Amino acid sequence: MSPPVTPVTPQSYLLARGRWHPLEIVFWLATLLPFVLFPNYLSLASQIAITALFALSLDIILGYAGVVSLGHAAFFGIGAYSAGLFSKYVWGEPFSGLLVAATLAGILGYATSFIIARFRHLPLIMITLGLGLLAHEVANSAHWLTGGSDGLQGVRTQPLFGVFRFDLYGKTAYAYSLGVLFIVFLCTRRLINSPFGLALRGIRENWNRMPAIGADSRAHIRKAYTIAAIIAGICGALLTQTTNSASLESISFQRSADVLVMLVLGGAGKLYGGLVGAAIFMVARDQFSGIAPQFWYFWIGVLLVAVVMFLPNGILGGLAKITARWRRPP
Amino acid sequence: MLPPILGVLFDGIAYGMLLFVLSVGLSVTLGLMNFVNLAHCAFAMIGGYVTVTLVNSYGWPFLATLPAAFIAAAVTSVVLERLLYRRLYRASDLDQVLLTIGLAFISVSVAAYFFGTLQQPVETPAMLRGSIEFLGLGLGKYRLFLIGVALMVTLALVIGLEYTRFGAKVRAAVDNQRMARGLGIDVDWTFATTFALGCGLAGLGGALAIEIVGLDPNFSFTYLVYVLIVVSVGGLGSIAGSFAAAMLIGISDIAGKYYVPELGAFLIYLVMVVVLMWKPAGLFGKR
Repeated sequence: MSPPVTPVTPQSYLLARGRWHPLEIVFWLATLLPFVLFPNYLSLASQIAITALFALSLDIILGYAGVVSLGHAAFFGIGAYSAGLFSKYVWGEPFSGLLVAATLAGILGYATSFIIARFRHLPLIMITLGLGLLAHEVANSAHWLTGGSDGLQGVRTQPLFGVFRFDLYGKTAYAYSLGVLFIVFLCTRRLINSPFGLALRGIRENWNRMPAIGADSRAHIRKAYTIAAIIAGICGALLTQTTNSASLESISFQRSADVLVMLVLGGAGKLYGGLVGAAIFMVARDQFSGIAPQFWYFWIGVLLVAVVMFLPNGILGGLAKITARWRRPP
Repeated sequence: MLPPILGVLFDGIAYGMLLFVLSVGLSVTLGLMNFVNLAHCAFAMIGGYVTVTLVNSYGWPFLATLPAAFIAAAVTSVVLERLLYRRLYRASDLDQVLLTIGLAFISVSVAAYFFGTLQQPVETPAMLRGSIEFLGLGLGKYRLFLIGVALMVTLALVIGLEYTRFGAKVRAAVDNQRMARGLGIDVDWTFATTFALGCGLAGLGGALAIEIVGLDPNFSFTYLVYVLIVVSVGGLGSIAGSFAAAMLIGISDIAGKYYVPELGAFLIYLVMVVVLMWKPAGLFGKR
């Protein structure tokens, strides 16, 4: 006799997903620990928070909607440069810079989303790669505006709320990045646990079937892509504001590839996958590059092969499997 | 001096031929198994380093190292195909992309570990140096040689795919894999062989490329972009398409660098995005 099955309605499923797990609260409290435990590593912590947010934005399109992008750094770079130029020529107030960066990245994301939503599989990978490289070339050749390979100099960010200066130790930088990460995370969490988020997952699983049950795949992909672009723009702006510079590195293929690695390492299609992946990746890079910087990518390569071969759902997926087995012994 | 247009055309054709040799293997394997192999240029790099090592450390003549480059890349590809690639034939695009990016990262670090990060020089035989005058044009001998090799490779591929039993199996598997399996064609074996041949060709291309574009550990990524552009513009599994796309990209890249250097690589990326938006399956692709 199998136990009676209670019918799961979409509403109750989403509500159950939206409930906060105690581990999540522990996770967010733990993000405050660097203030106390590692006061010398706060600038690294702030970089991690920014990268984690970037991975989260990729997760929306890659993990949930199933759109593989090799050019996501384009929006990061657009955010970085627009925030830098805004504070250099207009006004150095950080929040308005974030807004400008998010708006510009969003407009460009919306414009390119019409291209993205038309393609799947290899042409899609190639087009995202091509658009990312194009953005990199534009930033490289517009030397008069972006400073080209020398990077954008002379960015001055005013104190946060007019009170907290961005100090050398990165205390303000980390608080600022973490705050933005948390707020955007809450919005993303709400988005993913909404009917819209459910539709995205449906598109990932079966692109052709979703329109048949009344959810236009392309329109959903366009929206998701625009949202991801906005968040990526915010990340770029955060990096510029906390480091007072913007470089070509922020728009490079390397960054697109790195964020993909982090997301997959942590587990794509899970809200915390990108966050965990970014933290592990950045800390490991910080430690390894002290020993042998040129071989860092060897280990990244080995890790990637291992994850694809043995941990198809990333670290979080692997952990979930282990705990599931532990709870229900066969 | 060369009259600019013809000279640029000649350089562009030679460069396009090089891109063709580098990328045709990827085109066929992608068309055959839909396997997104971003490590293709790592195999080219293996060929390049084999040639450099044999010429500089063992004193082999340059021409004799070319078959060695082909074989080394092909053998490595067979090993990796058996160990890793074949487990992911049915996996998603993303898993294939990640595995092969990982392999490309590893290849960059391994090359840097053994050979350092500097450009590797290679000595070509005296008969391939300098240039010959033809109708008032100074044509580089090495570039002529490159064009000759590429044409021979093209001819061999066309004959091999159009007129042999093996070629017929490959074409059948590209067109309709399920049907080919139904007819008793061993698609996996066909793929493994094609994969080895394609990677061997990449190795040959890598060896030939040293003289034109140089060789350093970043070769895996620098030329990956070009190769992917050629493949996706040309259309998967189409030799004629790869050939046309390689010419298009080679000539427009050289012409762009010659006439509007400030644009950099902008032009070819633009060509790629526009072609793909117009025809997602490539110029000669089948849907």
